[in-house]
Amino acid sequence: MIETWIINVLMVFMALAVWVIIRSRNLFGVIVMGGVYSFLTATVMVAMDAVDVAMTEAAVGAGISTVLFLSALYLCKGDEAKPMKSPLLPLLVSTGVGVMLVFGALGLPEFSNSNSPLNQHVGPGYLADIPEKVDVPNLVTAVLASYRSFDTLGETTVVFTAGAGVVALLRRRRKGAKR
Amino acid sequence: MRHDLVLRVVAKLLIPFIVLFALYVQFHGDFGPGGGFQAGVILAAAFVLYALIFGLASARKVVPEPLVEAMMALGVLIYAGVGVAGIVLGGNYLDFFVLDPDTIIGQHRGIFWVEIGVAVTVSGVMLKMFYMFADRGHGEDT
Repeated sequence: MIETWIINVLMVFMALAVWVIIRSRNLFGVIVMGGVYSFLTATVMVAMDAVDVAMTEAAVGAGISTVLFLSALYLCKGDEAKPMKSPLLPLLVSTGVGVMLVFGALGLPEFSNSNSPLNQHVGPGYLADIPEKVDVPNLVTAVLASYRSFDTLGETTVVFTAGAGVVALLRRRRKGAKR
Repeated sequence: MRHDLVLRVVAKLLIPFIVLFALYVQFHGDFGPGGGFQAGVILAAAFVLYALIFGLASARKVVPEPLVEAMMALGVLIYAGVGVAGIVLGGNYLDFFVLDPDTIIGQHRGIFWVEIGVAVTVSGVMLKMFYMFADRGHGEDT
């Protein structure tokens, strides 16, 4: 009950942050508000008992990506330029996608509903299996590292590939090399 | 921000605890929330904070660029190596049961090394991306 209230209040703050981001023309302020938004998201995730995701959101969303945006801002002007075309079509597309997402989310089973397919399909099997075979108290770790080991290997490779892509794109040419 | 006394002192106080928290999240990931990915990003965030306060050059002295680049690949290799170890010991690829005569200890061992691999790659990639982005515009023409 109290969690619902906390989440609702945080949602209001998130909506306020989005409003400030929309209204502001100062890009530094926009980036900082983006970090605030990420921290609020992380707090919502803590309230929903997803501490793993909250830690990732706080470190990546609020920390590192804010810093990356700031270092990008260093290379350009601090104020948002006037849009060259009318923003009507992008507004329509994003509103449409948003409405569809909300419509889809309305069809999802209720949060923490133990009868939902999410908690009925393989979940009970893991709950019964893991203490016996893996004996790790944190079931998330057991599922990610042991049961879904191939997936996690793939994810790690994806992270590596992303890093290699950034290196390939941004590596500075050697002194004297042709531009 | 190199001359801001408050930031310097606070950062110096905070960074050891951030690194300690990253290690806690890494090695306590079997018991509490967390795991390799979270530990990796928190560790990278600690060094990003260091670089923000003390400058990119001193961060490069602490974590040199070749080390970061090696970490990116090393993590994936550790992870894949655990899989190969499973084959060598007579199981399937990424089979943790064969890593120790006691299957439960084998599972623990496999999860431990897999999480190390994830953390090494993730923190390496995050730091490398930060280095590359922060470096743009600083003496591009030198």
